[in-house]
Formats: sequence, C-alpha cells, structure tokens
Amino acid sequence: MKIKQLSIFLENKRGRLYEALSALAKEGINIRALSIADTSEFGILRLIVTDPEKAKEILENNEFTVKLTNVIAIAVADKPGGLAEALKYLYDANINIEYIYAFVEKSGEKAVVVLRTENLDKTISLLQQKDINLLSWNDVLAL
Amino acid sequence: MYWNKEYECMSEEKLRELQLQRLQTTVKRAYEKIPYYRNKFNEAGITPEDIKNLEDLKKIPYTSKADLREVYPFGMFASPIEDIVEIHMSSGTTGKPVVAGYTLNDIEVWAEVMARCLTMAGATKKDIVQVAYGYGLFTGGFGVHYGARKIGCMIVPASAGNTRRQIEIMRDFGTTILTCTPSYALYMAEVAQEMGIEPSNLKLKSGCFGAEMWTEAMRVEIEKRFGLNAYNIYGLTEIIGPGVAHECHEKKGLHVFEDHFIAEIIDPETGDSLPDGKRGELVLTTLTREGMPMLRFRTRDITSIIKEKCLCGRTFSRIERIRGRTDDMIKVRGVMLFPYQIEKAILEVQGVEPHYQIVITRPQYLDEIEVMVEMSKETFSDEIKHIENLKKKLERRIEEIVGIRVKVSLVEPKSLPRSEGKAKRIIDKRSLKE
Repeated sequence: MKIKQLSIFLENKRGRLYEALSALAKEGINIRALSIADTSEFGILRLIVTDPEKAKEILENNEFTVKLTNVIAIAVADKPGGLAEALKYLYDANINIEYIYAFVEKSGEKAVVVLRTENLDKTISLLQQKDINLLSWNDVLAL
Repeated sequence: MYWNKEYECMSEEKLRELQLQRLQTTVKRAYEKIPYYRNKFNEAGITPEDIKNLEDLKKIPYTSKADLREVYPFGMFASPIEDIVEIHMSSGTTGKPVVAGYTLNDIEVWAEVMARCLTMAGATKKDIVQVAYGYGLFTGGFGVHYGARKIGCMIVPASAGNTRRQIEIMRDFGTTILTCTPSYALYMAEVAQEMGIEPSNLKLKSGCFGAEMWTEAMRVEIEKRFGLNAYNIYGLTEIIGPGVAHECHEKKGLHVFEDHFIAEIIDPETGDSLPDGKRGELVLTTLTREGMPMLRFRTRDITSIIKEKCLCGRTFSRIERIRGRTDDMIKVRGVMLFPYQIEKAILEVQGVEPHYQIVITRPQYLDEIEVMVEMSKETFSDEIKHIENLKKKLERRIEEIVGIRVKVSLVEPKSLPRSEGKAKRIIDKRSLKE
C-alpha cells in the first residue's frame, strides 16, 4: 500500500524547479501529484510520477539530489469534512503527520491525498481497519 | 625503506656539524654574490664570519616574499646566468612572481630529496609514477619527475588536467603511485566514478599529495576512495620546489631533509623565535643551493617542529602538517580562522568529504561569514526539519571549533567550483566595501 514518492533538494535559485521538471518532461515522465515545501533558502520538491525509478535516474544525471520516499495515498469523499474524518483516526491514535498534499485527479468521485506520517505501517493498518480507501500503485497509475 | 640511509639516519651530532659547515658556505656565497644579502648584512652590522655556530643563524635578517619580488627577475641569483640551467616561477596572483634559478647541482639536489620522498611513499624502480602535478613554470611536475627518474621508476608525465584521460591512463597502465594536489585526487575519484571506474579497483598503492593545504580528514577520504596510502609532501618554489619535507610510513609529521634545509618556527606577528612544539610561521634556510641560496625565508606556512625521534629510524626532525597560511589566516571579528577548521567541522557532522566555500562579507560594520556546503546524497532527507537540523548542527560545530558564529547555507551538489589545481576555499568580499 506504500507509494513511491520522489523528493528533490532545490536551492532557492532561479530556474531550478523549471530545470528539474523539464528534465523529466524530455524523457516523457508524467507528474501525477506535486508539492513544494520551502524555507527561505531551499526547498524540497515532492513528486508522484509514472516511473519513479527512471525519474530518479534522470534527475541524478542532471546533478540533482534525489531520494525515493514511501508515502501513502488515500481516497476520501470530496465533500466538507471528508479528509478531516480520516485524519481524526490518526489524531486519536497519536500518529503525527509529517506532510500532506493532494492529487489533481480524482479517483471516481473521491479526492486523493498523499500522506506521510512518522509511522507508515501503523498508519496503513489503522486506516485499513477504519475502512479508509488506500490506493495501491496500480490505482495511482490508473488515475 | 630509505633512499639514502647514510644521511637520513645520520647521528644528531654529525648532522649539526654538517649543517654548520654547509650554512657557513651558503652564507658566504650569499654575501659575496648577491648584493641584496650584502646590503642586509651590512644594515644588520654582521658579516659571514659572525656565523660561528648554528645558533648564530638567528642573527641573520629574514627574507620575505616581498624582498624576492623587489629583485625580480634574477636579483637573487648567486650564479652567473650561464650556470643556471633551469627556471621556475611561483604564481604571481598577489604581485610580481618569484623566479627561482637552478644550477645543475641544484637540480641534482632536487632529484635527491625527491627520490627520498618517493621512497618514503614506497617507490622502487618497479613502480609506475603518474605525475599529475602541472609541468611548466610550477615546480610540482618537474620536481617529482626528477626524483622518480633518479629512482628509475616508469614515469607517466601526465601533468595536471584532462581528468578523464588521467583515469584511463591509471587503469590501462596500472599506475601504482599517484602524485597530485589532494583536492585534484578527490576530484579524480569523483570523475572516475562518473566514468563507471571504481577508483579502489585501480592498482594505486600510494600517493604523494601536497602543494596546497589539506587535512587528516581528506587523507582518510583519499585513502578510502582509492585504497592507497596517502602521504603528505611539502615544498615551495623559493626553497627548491616539492621535496623540502615528506612523511614516512608513520604518517606523523613530515621529515625535513635537514642536510639540505634548516627549519625554524617564529611568531608571525613579532618575528620572535619559538621553541620546538610551538605553532608559528615556518622559516627555511637552504644549505646546498648554489643558484639561489635562501637565508631565513619566511614561508608564511603555519606549523610546528617535532624533535622527538621517529619510529622509522630517520634522525631528521619533523614538521606537523601545515596548519594554515599566515595570509589565509583570515581575521574575522578579530578572531583567527583557518579553512581547515571549518572543513573538520563539516566532516564531523556530515560524515562525508565536504565541498565547501567560505564567503566573508561586511554588510554594515561587522564581518559575517557564510559557509556554503554542498548537500550530499548521504545526508539529504525528505524532511525540512532534518535539513534544518543538519544546518544547525553544522553552524553549532563550526562555532565550537572556530569560536565565532557563522551562517551555513546548504547548496546543491556540484554547484561549487571544482579545481584542477589549488582549491579556492575563501572568498573575501570585505575589501570591496570601505
């Protein structure tokens, strides 16, 4: 149930985001979800792409520092409170969220959210118990 | 293994006797043949006859790099031009260059001391020595070349640069000894890996690295990357070039070839002599140079003298690895700071060889130091807080070591300039603002 995410170190320098994305575009890598965490000096670009291993290689060949990180993707009802409901389970179980961001595409009528917590295995089993819809890699590719 | 056991293991008493006799000859030659020295002696009210023992060396005034520039180009030569067979020159980045002239005998001495250095690094006539120091006016390439030829090694005079070819040569020829600047060695390891060649699979067994300041941490890294024994070599154009001092297999300081050079340590600010073991500026006197004798030359290199007998059996005293240069010694907010201190801190925190640059500015009235450190694959984390922690740890460790607060900026890998010669570690922008 874990999904591979690419994390890329970016200096806050003109053109670096463009360079990373255009390197991927040239090789036909499609981006399914994206977020940037930034500070005043650097940022971390996080991507869910169609072929993470190949994307990592492409970026490394272009002198980027890249890491593959495990995250999970959940589908929640696209209505007020849909995400909050899922997060409440984590809150009750005392699991801290490290970061969260959303897919642009929907899964049927549901919104898809990428999540990383301090304990992914525990999160997965908890959410499964609570019948939250966790997406497999194939589900993500099919979005 | 010794190249010249008779001299390298000479008894202390005999050595001092030899030094005195050679010093008296050198002083006399300098006084008689070089007007610059004659004037200096006259001003100081001394004559060569006043040098009656080794202690009397202290009566002779220092020679500085500025003095040598004043007499550019040939004013320090003690031999007529027809006896000078070779010229070398130190880079003139801070003014006029310094020209060094060698007689045939000087070249012979150079080959002798370099043969001793290479032998300390394990060289025999069976070895293949790749000289990746620059050939040309710089002394590095030719110095190693002459020493290796004296031993009878197979020399690969690759000179510096053309890194991919250097690596192909090492692989194809089976080079066993590499000689270059330490930062270039690390650069070569990086390039080799990019070429798909694992540096530790090369046949290298040892290397003589010098011509720039480096640290114990860099030694560990070079040794690990290439699977070789890395030795520290010291020398300078004004004295002879490489071959003034070199490490034996103990790797605990560099033996100064005291039958050819006398080393002293002084306080760089007051000029007072310092006792053995105390760190200060290294001052060198040549004992056998004919073309350009040098009396009490201030090297600007910071080190100390180790008198204790070395386990290798050589009687020559040692100097510790160069700790800094009096002119790279940057004074920031009144505190003395050396790049190697910062390097040590980064290595301790990151655990990998650092690529870094120190930028000093004075935005208002106070100096500010920014240390740019390249993010490494090993330390990159997906989480902002880990990276911020890394940054804070670096800042804290640097502050503990140098005693002033610095700002660390993490930059992308390979974004700082790499060098094929001397690494540019410090960018001082203070002089631009007054």
